[in-house]
Amino acid sequence: MSNILKISLSPHSHSPETTRKLMFGVVIALLPALLTSVFYFGYGAIIVTSVSVASCLLFEYLIQRFVLRKPVSITDGSALVTGLLLAFNVPSNLPVFIVIIGSFVSIAIAKMTFGGLGNNPFNPALVGRVFMLISFPVQMTSWPVPGGFGTGYTDAITGATPLAIIKEGIKNGESLSQLVTQIPTPAQMFLGKMGGSLGEVAAVALLIGFIYLLVRKIITWHVPVSVIGSVAVFTAILWLINPEKYASPMFHILAGGVLLGAIFMATDYVTSPMNHRSQIIYGCGIGILTVIIRVWGAYPEGVSFAILIMNAFVPLMNAYIKPRRFGEEVKNG
Amino acid sequence: MLKTFPIGGVHPPENKLTAGSKIQKLDIPATVAIPISQHIGAPATVSVNKGDSVKAGQVIATSKGFVSVNIHSSVSGKVNKVDTLIDTSGYKQTAIFIDTQGDEWLETIDRTDELKTEIKLSSEEIIKKCQESGIVGLGGATFPSHVKLTVPAGKKCDVLIINGVECEPYLTSDHRLMLEHGKEVLVGISILMKALKVNRALIGIENNKSDAIEHLKTLAASFQGIEIWPLKVKYPQGAEKQLIKALTNREVPSGRLPIDVNTVVHNIGTAFAVYEAVQKNKPLFERVVTITGKSLPKPGNYIVRIGTPVNKLIEAAGGLPENTGKIISGGPMMGKALINTDVPVVKGTSGIILVPQDEAGRSESQVCIRCAKCIAVCPMGLEPYLLMSLSQKDLFEKAEKERITDCMECGSCSYTCPAGRPLLDFIRLGKSTVIRMSRERVVK
Repeated sequence: MSNILKISLSPHSHSPETTRKLMFGVVIALLPALLTSVFYFGYGAIIVTSVSVASCLLFEYLIQRFVLRKPVSITDGSALVTGLLLAFNVPSNLPVFIVIIGSFVSIAIAKMTFGGLGNNPFNPALVGRVFMLISFPVQMTSWPVPGGFGTGYTDAITGATPLAIIKEGIKNGESLSQLVTQIPTPAQMFLGKMGGSLGEVAAVALLIGFIYLLVRKIITWHVPVSVIGSVAVFTAILWLINPEKYASPMFHILAGGVLLGAIFMATDYVTSPMNHRSQIIYGCGIGILTVIIRVWGAYPEGVSFAILIMNAFVPLMNAYIKPRRFGEEVKNG
Repeated sequence: MLKTFPIGGVHPPENKLTAGSKIQKLDIPATVAIPISQHIGAPATVSVNKGDSVKAGQVIATSKGFVSVNIHSSVSGKVNKVDTLIDTSGYKQTAIFIDTQGDEWLETIDRTDELKTEIKLSSEEIIKKCQESGIVGLGGATFPSHVKLTVPAGKKCDVLIINGVECEPYLTSDHRLMLEHGKEVLVGISILMKALKVNRALIGIENNKSDAIEHLKTLAASFQGIEIWPLKVKYPQGAEKQLIKALTNREVPSGRLPIDVNTVVHNIGTAFAVYEAVQKNKPLFERVVTITGKSLPKPGNYIVRIGTPVNKLIEAAGGLPENTGKIISGGPMMGKALINTDVPVVKGTSGIILVPQDEAGRSESQVCIRCAKCIAVCPMGLEPYLLMSLSQKDLFEKAEKERITDCMECGSCSYTCPAGRPLLDFIRLGKSTVIRMSRERVVK
């Protein structure tokens, strides 16, 4: 017999899914939001996204090639996803040099120092974003208002985000019914016609991405639904107590980064918990912390901080919260 | 809603190429090699010598102890030698080599096709008959059937479960048995019910075999207490604990047996073998084997004498394709890769799959991205990524606490892992070490 038989242990079959396919699946899910962003913010969105993606890939390449002297794995798609998500979390008129610094912090500090893909405790894109927010507070909070495709880059007209408007207004003693004319309608927010980070504004585009991720089975519903659900429940309680002081759940979900955070940031494989039980606890933690920061904290938006704080609890949850074992509870029927 | 098990599971491509192929008889080979250990438990003791003449159905190795069964000659002829050979597992073991002459069966065996429905033997006699006739679980685990039929004191069985799931891709031997020998299978089930003294039996069949479900439903109308339940197509639906959960909603506790939740599970092929043993006096010396593969010219289902070398089966199916990269005995999820084609068909051989070269290898193992898919698919609710890393780091006490011994090695984790990590390889290592450690503790 001329054949040489391969010997290995079972299983002898493997699903077609690979790390790379999953990562590129996330990229596809991000495309609707990227396209709406280009539609609303014009050239700025294209420039910031391209710079962010290119510099994330470049830093990962340089570090793997020259610092770690390991095989280069930038084609696995993970740095591409980090680059896209970093861009999604900043204003579309952010100067290029800040984007590059943010990319460096994301890849070099938040990812590679911990050992690269699979080992970083904190979401790299969010570490980069928070670093930029603290280091460049002015640039990071000047939000271009949607001006259409022809909008320029750094010369875009800027305005406040809906969350910043109500935070400022309430601090100055105004009530929500007085502020209502300054904030966009729910329909406008759903379509993304408001100031905000490049990728967070259009709820509809993010939801399309969510459906794609669910259908492709790249993520499960547990984290996104528990984040959005806990934001909704918590803000509904506050709103029912005093609708003049606390905004409605609808507003809280559509304004700012709840959807982007819940669907794309909190579901990051590496930094989220490993089983469904802890995923729900983790998601609720993010939702509750987000509302606390938004309502009582110094910043108008709290999704990034909430996710990073909950990231810190993930190792603990993995160690102590276990999935339901088969044969664990004896229920005979 | 079709019934199924609640946690985990995967959907590998079904590839049931031979679902429509009628069972054919494979020619008797010139020599057979019959291993003396074809079951879980003590190997049988050789009871023939070189030069002895034997007939098909004659005992050539006797059971040694309770968890052991007789081994019978599958052909008539002369014992050539008792020697070692490499079996399905890849290890050497003792086998009896017989040169075939003619096809003479023991006179006590009823060789007609006549269906015998009247069960004359008592419960105890049936159990004894099973051990004498060499009946073992034919789903692949080969646990001696009489042991499962002997309900220990203080325990009771109230329902018999029959496994017609055949959830492994490619395999169709049980499917064809249900279609072509449905009546015999149902009589076999009635015999098992009598042995266990139960009046209810549930047959679980995956919904991709609708013809078998309909056929058995029609036939079962004239049998007492046999119900047919279509099940959702999901691997590993045919795993004992998962099947019991799906059909009765009873959950076998960790480390316990089906009898602890008042059930006993037998396979379709076993029910057929029990019919032949009890009604036809025919010991287990042949079985239905699926021979299949994407490049094989004529895949099919064959009745094969135990001890027939696998290459005879491959020849009958059109010869070994050029591009064969791996030969699996059993299904692609839990089967064993064969070392060569001289390996004999044994009682546990449900199928032989020829895998083309481009599907035979494994992809390179990459870093764990903590996607948690291995946890989501584990039907036992374990954490494969953790068990693998504990085994790699020799943290076996911790692995034991994480219930590594609950793993039934279904392979869903390795199948799913997008990083191509060999999860099950390391879990096996950890599991066997933990089992050895706990045995040593008992000895101390």
